[in-house]
Amino acid sequence: MTDGDRLPPAPDVIERALTLARGHDCVVVVSDGSEADVRFANNTTTTNGVRRDRRVTVISFVAAPGAGRGRPGAASDMPAGPAVAVGVASRAGAVDVAELVRASEADAGGAAPADDAMPLVAPPGSTGAPFGAPPALTDLSTLDAVVRPLAAAFGRARSARHVLAGFASHRMDTIYLGSSTGLRLRHEQPTGTLQLVARSADGLRSTWAGVGSSRFDDVDVDVLHERLVRRLAWAERRLELPAGRYETILPPDATADLMVVLSQALSGRDAEDGRSPFSGPDGTTKRGEVLSSLPFTLRSDPAEPGLESIPFLVTTASGTDVSVFDNGLPVAPTAWVREGRLHALEYHRAAAARSGTVTTPPGDNLMLELPGATDPLDDLIARTERGLLLTCLWYIREVDPVTLLVTGLTRDGVYLVEGGEVVGAVNNFRFNESPIDVLARTTEAGRTERALSREWGEWKSRTAMPALRVADFNMSSVSPAT
Amino acid sequence: MPAAPGAGRLSDVAVDPSFAALPLEAVRSAALERAAALGCSHGEIRVERIRSQVVVVRDGRVETTVDDTEIGMGLRVVRDGSSGFAATVELHRDAAAELADRAVAMAAATAPALAVPVEPADEPVYGEVAWSSAYETDPTTVPLAEKAALLRQWSGRLLAHGAVDHVTAYVLAVVEDKHFADLSGRVTTQRRVRMHPVVEAFAVDGASGSFESMRSLAPPVGRGWEYVTGSTWDWDSELGQLGDLLAEKLAARTVEAGPYDLVIDPSNLWLTIHESVGHATELDRALGYEAAYAGTSFATFDKLGSLRYGSDVMHVTGDRTTPHGLSTVGYDDEGVAAQSFDIVKDGVLVGYQLDRRMASENGLGRSNGCAFADSPLHAPIQRMANVSLAPAPGTGPGTDELIAGVDRGVYVVGDKSWSIDMQRYNFQFTGQRFYRIDHGRLAGQLRDVAYQATTTDFWGSLEAVGGTSTYVLGGAFNCGKGQPPQVAPVSHGCPSALFRSVNVLNARSETGR
Repeated sequence: MTDGDRLPPAPDVIERALTLARGHDCVVVVSDGSEADVRFANNTTTTNGVRRDRRVTVISFVAAPGAGRGRPGAASDMPAGPAVAVGVASRAGAVDVAELVRASEADAGGAAPADDAMPLVAPPGSTGAPFGAPPALTDLSTLDAVVRPLAAAFGRARSARHVLAGFASHRMDTIYLGSSTGLRLRHEQPTGTLQLVARSADGLRSTWAGVGSSRFDDVDVDVLHERLVRRLAWAERRLELPAGRYETILPPDATADLMVVLSQALSGRDAEDGRSPFSGPDGTTKRGEVLSSLPFTLRSDPAEPGLESIPFLVTTASGTDVSVFDNGLPVAPTAWVREGRLHALEYHRAAAARSGTVTTPPGDNLMLELPGATDPLDDLIARTERGLLLTCLWYIREVDPVTLLVTGLTRDGVYLVEGGEVVGAVNNFRFNESPIDVLARTTEAGRTERALSREWGEWKSRTAMPALRVADFNMSSVSPAT
Repeated sequence: MPAAPGAGRLSDVAVDPSFAALPLEAVRSAALERAAALGCSHGEIRVERIRSQVVVVRDGRVETTVDDTEIGMGLRVVRDGSSGFAATVELHRDAAAELADRAVAMAAATAPALAVPVEPADEPVYGEVAWSSAYETDPTTVPLAEKAALLRQWSGRLLAHGAVDHVTAYVLAVVEDKHFADLSGRVTTQRRVRMHPVVEAFAVDGASGSFESMRSLAPPVGRGWEYVTGSTWDWDSELGQLGDLLAEKLAARTVEAGPYDLVIDPSNLWLTIHESVGHATELDRALGYEAAYAGTSFATFDKLGSLRYGSDVMHVTGDRTTPHGLSTVGYDDEGVAAQSFDIVKDGVLVGYQLDRRMASENGLGRSNGCAFADSPLHAPIQRMANVSLAPAPGTGPGTDELIAGVDRGVYVVGDKSWSIDMQRYNFQFTGQRFYRIDHGRLAGQLRDVAYQATTTDFWGSLEAVGGTSTYVLGGAFNCGKGQPPQVAPVSHGCPSALFRSVNVLNARSETGR
């Protein structure tokens, strides 16, 4: 028996909270999680851990002072725009459900009418997975495929005079969502990543590989290690290049680094308020405008094979483009960019109603595709007369929100390609670029494949991206880091 | 009963009754007894309760509220030199004993890949002690509605200004209760309280689709709700100026790229210190233990005592005792008493931030108390002390005097964008506002400024630091490091400072549009 078995079943917690919350509408979310991870550096393991967590959130919807329609506090009976106040409280562990409900009601009692009020979501015809099933849990055994070969990999690394560092993590979340409108939804979400860095003993050469995986049954440490050894060999010839604009090949992982930035700028309200790179003049947005002459699609889809994600919206706090009123709303496939044009921005239901547009919740996965592009990265390299090949990007931060200009660094391997071949490694660079401009200056893309953003992969690991050939990528200065 | 040195220490701290009511003794005994029975040479358990509240108000309407309590316990053990960690949210005696089984199983599973056995450095045993940061009002006891009302009032005041189109205001409040015990008999119970109120005004040029913003400079602090109701920070003055400052920024001319002398205000310089000194002098990074994530450091261990980090006027300390500092504690998360220590003295690297493992592995004797875990579910790792730049001795120059010494330069105020490479050489920062300095005087705001430098060049160009009158304790709630990722609050104190000939970019022209 694991300690998790002593926690009361999540469905029971939800039913008890909903029972206690009589007289007003209520949403209850229980997130049951477990995680195992192994960390290593300098050819030795360092901090390794297993953990079990649970968070219970109660969201109370009560009639705000002055509300006159429908039964008191029954947001589900009200048309769009009712005067409803919201209180949210969350606690970890084996919570005192009565205290939690009281806390959320107290917060709601003092709150002003919510700006995002809408009728709560009604139950769908089918609820999918059985609501009463216990949570799916993970443990250290899931990482066997990583832990077992590590010692041998460290041995090979010592012999070859390089050092390995990295991190393997597997997490399993089971989300339970119940509401006073009868919603009973459950979703299991596995998330796994493995990252591996190899550095030469003198610290002058380094390279990285990362993969995302749901179950770790498709991860091979030895194959990844081999890839790193090949790249360390590329770096035995070292060249120095100055800052400047270069034709640059972004491998899928680096494409993910930049496309996640773009996806985070898709707020519909920010765009309408004039606070976004996708703002048009006088309260309009740039939906429909051409971002690239190539017919790219950037999309999210909870049913994407291999990148499956939660098919209904769960949020424990309202934000600019998500609303606690929308909990349980089905998440549909969304094309954010279609045929090279900005196609959709994020809106919760209330904002969409106000703007006369469709509700578009954010996606948990992200895919970039160019129709007809099927070539692997090696083919793009082979067609390169002279350019840079990157490994990944790092420390990406927004510089100018008007243009979505971001700065950051190349990391763990920048290679010079001449005549279709890698001829050596060059110094790292600080770049200043906008992912919007990167799409606009992309001249060629490869096939879309599973990718892991080095910068954002810890919270956005479900991505599939192509390699991109970008003209005039702005390497603003040289970084001496190796 | 010996107690940790340090400001904010209380000799007879009253532990919060609701935290004391948790089964602290029962779970710690169960976990440690089981760890000892399993043959662990080292075992430490933390039971934590972290109360966090967030209120976000956008254009005068509440957008987000969060009222969360994280609670749980984590046990780290060392057996046969191998380390394992296990954690749970269930505070129960049986669950605590099981943690020992699971942590030992983790240590055993990874032992075949272990090359460097873990052996924590020695530390005195203080017995059972308690500590609290200094605060007056627990901010989580203030109703969310009261927080929202304050933010709405701030927002309304700014929205009344003709130059302001939108306002986002938020407040973060955290109260962290932590109980620690280890196999050597250390038992600590601590409370830390912190707050970060922020307000940002936006101006939109509807015709062009462009916009600008201006954010408050008030730093996050280790204080309670009194931070927004008392006289520690002049909120009235700050709110009163933001609209005009934003209007001036909108009308400002764009900067011409090139080298400039910079006078950097503490509201900006704290972040440059954090990135280029704070992280660079973490010994785990310098030794390669963060190579896969946060990165390594140019300030490698072999350079201790010889690396010329900056000019002679550069003195930097690490300090976990700073009053109201965000990294201030009585004892760290390995039971080490809080300390203050030199990192850069007269411009030379003289020290690192350590945890017990790093101190032991490298023959440095005692840890200087920089272990921290951001959650009961995470293992402690080496995290940052309050790393601060000392002001000039005596009265020292004021900011105006530093500006008076510049013919052609920029005065940089407030932090905004930041980025630095994985060895802490190459960085780029922007700010909230920039003033052109012309022959020793401020000559209006500039737009689109970013400064870019290499760490040792930058600190080598430090010509003068301001006096104590210019000194401000800045900081952040969200310093990131480690895998799984952890966030840590940390403060950085510094005076205004003058740097010669630093490269300034025009951020807008970097797009090439």
